[in-house]
Amino acid sequence: MASVELTGLVKQYPNGVRGVDGVDLSIGDGEFFALLGPSGCGKTTLLRTLAGLEVATEGTIKIGDEDVTALPPGDRDIAMVFQDYALFPHMTVTDNIAYPLRIKRIRKAERVARATETAEGLSLGVLMERRPSQLSGGQQQRVALARAIACHPRVFLFDEPLSNLDARLRLEARTFLKKLQQSLGVTTVFVTHDQAEALAMADRMAVMEAGRIRQIGTPREVFQRPASTFVANFIGATPMNLIDGQVVSGRLDLGGFTLSVPPEFDVAEGDKIVYGLRPEYLSFAASAPASKDTVQGTVAAVENLGVNVLVAVDAGEHSLRAVVPEADEPEVGSTAWLTPAPGRALLYRGDDGELIGS
Amino acid sequence: MTLTSKPADAEPTAVGGPGATDVERAQKRGPGRDPDVVGLGRGRASLFVAPALVLVGVFLVFPALWTLYLGLLDYSLTGASAQSPTFIGAQNYTDALSDPAFTKALYLTLLYVGFSAVIGQNILGFLLAWYFRTAPRAVRTTLNVLVLLAWILPGSVVAFLWQALLDRRDGILNTVLQTTGVAWTNDHPMAVIVIFNIWRGAAFSMLLYAAALNTVPTSHLEVARMAGARPWQQLRDVVLPTVRRHVLTNTLLITLWTFNDFTPFLLTGGGPNHESETLPVYIYSTAILHGDLGYGSAISLLLLLANLVIAVFYIRLLRGGDDGSLKAQQRAERKARRAERAVAT
Repeated sequence: MASVELTGLVKQYPNGVRGVDGVDLSIGDGEFFALLGPSGCGKTTLLRTLAGLEVATEGTIKIGDEDVTALPPGDRDIAMVFQDYALFPHMTVTDNIAYPLRIKRIRKAERVARATETAEGLSLGVLMERRPSQLSGGQQQRVALARAIACHPRVFLFDEPLSNLDARLRLEARTFLKKLQQSLGVTTVFVTHDQAEALAMADRMAVMEAGRIRQIGTPREVFQRPASTFVANFIGATPMNLIDGQVVSGRLDLGGFTLSVPPEFDVAEGDKIVYGLRPEYLSFAASAPASKDTVQGTVAAVENLGVNVLVAVDAGEHSLRAVVPEADEPEVGSTAWLTPAPGRALLYRGDDGELIGS
Repeated sequence: MTLTSKPADAEPTAVGGPGATDVERAQKRGPGRDPDVVGLGRGRASLFVAPALVLVGVFLVFPALWTLYLGLLDYSLTGASAQSPTFIGAQNYTDALSDPAFTKALYLTLLYVGFSAVIGQNILGFLLAWYFRTAPRAVRTTLNVLVLLAWILPGSVVAFLWQALLDRRDGILNTVLQTTGVAWTNDHPMAVIVIFNIWRGAAFSMLLYAAALNTVPTSHLEVARMAGARPWQQLRDVVLPTVRRHVLTNTLLITLWTFNDFTPFLLTGGGPNHESETLPVYIYSTAILHGDLGYGSAISLLLLLANLVIAVFYIRLLRGGDDGSLKAQQRAERKARRAERAVAT
């Protein structure tokens, strides 16, 4: 078990593309850390560079106190679980789990014992003599996990660990993985493109875009205070309302309606801003509320989310989304008043999309 | 390590998941399957394959039977038996089996096939495919063209080039090695035809293995790398098991081709003193040069039988892996069930 420290890490491909472009990151001992971002953002490249499967162009990687930047993958004491699990089809479950031990020249009796013990812990005991083709997706994933666990590495790397499971199984596996990581206490870095997965499992997470880290924080911090419009757009089950506007006469002119400036943001008259508010923090009313800080509009669409409905309201030049309890589901075409929850609105600079005051 | 949390999927997949269907599918491959898969009925299905069967019959089965028949006659190119060959029973066949020249030709053929095809072409082809798989595209294309040239040029042309290469007086090899006067084809005839055939045939193996290596999942190699496996361990544990079937198919094809290969004759003429006379060359010299068509036919049929034996052997190996592992799995499952029952009672 160990911490992971990345300093100025760059991975440049021969064609000049920078998969990872100057990443500084420190992951604490025993932490469950998520690398999140859209496809092509460099999160998998970062993970593979950490694993040693890609050679870093610049920068250093430290695991514990040891600089492993120049070490081959086998000497880094890291185990990785691949997206497709990468189980050897010609080996039984036992042989698959014991494979890294075999390469490390551990005696057969001992490695079988360790494989069996690890597999028992993951409820794979009765499957030991099967081949991967005779296992379900969830079982294959647990075998891949067991193979990683059995060699007692200092760090686990998971590449999109849940993406090959069907939706229902994915939820169970999420809980399972989180419990497993807690009980093992091994520093774990996992890559995902699914923001819900990152929010649900990680202790801390990094949101990446174009090879760079845009924000690092706990899931709560990243969800509540996205550091830029990019992160704001990416995080959350329903995309955040982001509205271009300007500070006019001490209020936010958002094109067709105005709202008061949230007091914690320091803006000057004439500043161009982007107003951000999650649909969950926009309360909906079918009749005019008392507050003057509301937006009046027309219901344009209603989407069922189960317990809630997502209501799109056309107001001024914009369409705002609000999450409304199912009991209040409005008719399409009816008039609606939307009120921002106090303290939840965020203001981003109009030019670079960064959170004001950050 | 113990973990008390519930596994990710404690649902019934443990018994009836995709794994089980795989087993069922594998079992369906067995002899119990309904032969009428398409639902055409036997009569109409036979009509569809009839044209192909006619062609196979006319060009393969009939010549084989004709060869068998000729082998039973004392048929020859010239003389009385050319006009009216007489039936002499299995004498040609028994003669061949006790003929030291035939035994020697068979032995040389086995050497030729073993060293040039099974070992030479196989290993050289694999190594070329393995070491150039990550090379830049331009390098790979150049290599492919060069290697393919050896394969697609007509045997007579290539043999002529090799004559020039190995010539006693002005040969390129002797000039390069400064060994003027060494008669390669005369002094080392078997080595020459073996090396010649490796050079000529490695292209096919290389192309086949290059395609086969593409089927090895990158993540499997990376698992091995993460475990610290050296390249030879990756080869042993990941690559070879994955391409096993390709290796067998390739070996089957090149074995049969080399068994029937006549090109050595163009280089050494079977000589000196029959030292490089493989079976096809021996058949040519008995049947055509010495005019003993009946005897030549008998040997041809024996060669055909040898080919069949080899083909059956490889095909068994190809199937064997499948059935073997399936049986092993079923055995293991039975064992696991017994163990569970033992625990329960």
